[in-house]
Amino acid sequence: MAEFAQFVFSGITVGAIYALVGLGFSIIYNASRVINFAQGEFVMIGGLTTAMLVERGVPVPLAAAVAIIAAVIAGLALEKLAVEQAREAPVVTLIIITVGASIFLRGLAQVVFDRNYHALAGFSGEAPIHVGGATVVPQTLWVIGTAAALVIALWWFFGRTLLGKAILATSYDSLAAQLVGIGTRALLSLSFGLSAALGAVGGILIAPISLTSHDMGVMLGLKGFAAAVLGGLGSGLGAVAGGLLLGLVEALGAGYVSSSYKDAIAFVIILLVLFLRPTGLFGRRRTERV
Amino acid sequence: MRGPGQHLPGLSRQLPRPAPRTLLALLLPPAPGAGRDPPWLARYRGLFALALAMALLPWLLPNNFFFGVAILVGLNAIVCVGLNLLIGYAGQISLGHAAFFGLGAYVSAILSAQFGWEPALAMLAGAVVVGLLAFVVARPILRLSGHYLAMATLGLGVIISIVLVHETRLTGGPDGMAVPPLRLLGTEIVGARAWYWLVAGALLIAVWLALNLVDSPLGRALRGLESSEVAAESVAIDTVRTKTRVFVISAVFASVAGSLFAHYSGFLTPAEASFPRSIELVTMVVLGGMASTYGAVVGAAILTVLPQALTVFHDYEQVMLGLILMLTMVFMPKGLVPNLALYLKRRLP
Repeated sequence: MAEFAQFVFSGITVGAIYALVGLGFSIIYNASRVINFAQGEFVMIGGLTTAMLVERGVPVPLAAAVAIIAAVIAGLALEKLAVEQAREAPVVTLIIITVGASIFLRGLAQVVFDRNYHALAGFSGEAPIHVGGATVVPQTLWVIGTAAALVIALWWFFGRTLLGKAILATSYDSLAAQLVGIGTRALLSLSFGLSAALGAVGGILIAPISLTSHDMGVMLGLKGFAAAVLGGLGSGLGAVAGGLLLGLVEALGAGYVSSSYKDAIAFVIILLVLFLRPTGLFGRRRTERV
Repeated sequence: MRGPGQHLPGLSRQLPRPAPRTLLALLLPPAPGAGRDPPWLARYRGLFALALAMALLPWLLPNNFFFGVAILVGLNAIVCVGLNLLIGYAGQISLGHAAFFGLGAYVSAILSAQFGWEPALAMLAGAVVVGLLAFVVARPILRLSGHYLAMATLGLGVIISIVLVHETRLTGGPDGMAVPPLRLLGTEIVGARAWYWLVAGALLIAVWLALNLVDSPLGRALRGLESSEVAAESVAIDTVRTKTRVFVISAVFASVAGSLFAHYSGFLTPAEASFPRSIELVTMVVLGGMASTYGAVVGAAILTVLPQALTVFHDYEQVMLGLILMLTMVFMPKGLVPNLALYLKRRLP
């Protein structure tokens, strides 16, 4: 039982990070129909910038703030300089543009920082605490708590504020949103900035648990995409559920089946879910308009 | 009375010109007023140009390193020509094609290295295995569309590549495995030059197959499917069967290229089947130009040569690669070859 609690805890921790990255995918997808393959790079910018600044003696909160701002700048630049310039292009072209952006950002991180792995100390030390038979590091609680707070904040933002509702309206029908006076272009920038910030926070939170490096974003981006698709692209609740489910499947698979095949198990589950529900767990069913 | 070449009014008023006698006339489009090309020439002019370019290239390549790059270009081009049938013509994305490349390579490598199979036979077995796998998974996977299809193909690719990494007994794991050289008609293919001609021949066959396929009923069904699946079904196109066939064909192209790669390089690691490789292949297709077979070849050539050329920038190599990729796609959203063709058409009379 203690073993089970341990696996569940580590699953929820990783799952919370996947959920944050997945939410970033969903927000950008809703605003632009683009799958942003540079999403993982926002995570990397968050984690790596914080770790490098802390190594140079900057206090953690300041380093984290700088890292989030750096990621937001990268996100806004990606939207303004590339995605918006190619607005008329087919979606697959836009996706390749984000692939280019991810290669660019990864390369830039190598030049600005280095190619090594960096560790960041836990925010509240490393002394393990015991929760329901499981032994966890305090950072786990930071991850789960911050992610939960962010999800609630986003739920409030999209459900209760005019700006959030305007973003949702734009995602349903961009033209109709324009007709009622919503400045859709500014909202596109906002979406990219918001996604970048979410990714960066995820990167900062996970940095003390896993190491950070210039290529940490590849796998986390992939998992975030998987989380978003598993839950149903464009659904915020779906991304959170997908992320947690993915994290749990991985942790339990690694614990009870095979640790080397944990990623494969996660993807098998995703394939099965997609075969049974072709638009994910919470995705809207679409009918093709002719 | 309709004259010859005027089967449909308004469509083709020019007489077919006689088959060209010189090499140059074979490559150049007809001058205005000289009549139109016979259909075989119109279809294969690009193929002749490609064959000529590949026949002349060895005289421009200074040493074996450049031959090696040219061989990699050819192998990537074979995969991209197949992948373009799926992405460009049928409008179905695959983010897992490197896995078919890798699986073809590993089946060929394992059968020839550990079970003593004749390499050519092992290659064939690889193609059969990959073709069957693609056929089995095609039906459930191709029911999905858009980004869900992207996710499913990606997942399939990741699963295959994880299996290749962890089945160490068969594949040697992340450290890779040695692969015996290829033997054809009793002679071992060794050396960069021999491999260059072999890969060039294989690429020509791949392009020829793709051109014919695009012009066949299957090709027309594919394009119908790309613009609207409902419309395609309403004119009695079996969309499921059509998608399955093109998925299997493109997987087999990748598998054969993978097997050739394994025997050429003599050493194989699971990185060949990885997710970043799949993304690289899709990028080649989109960069060259979707729904353009030559675009796929050009895209493969550029993205294979570019990283080699960019090594002069040392640490800035990746930055430059990302930047070039972004700029190209921002300013030429349809890809290089279709944009270039459009430009030439406007400039030339």
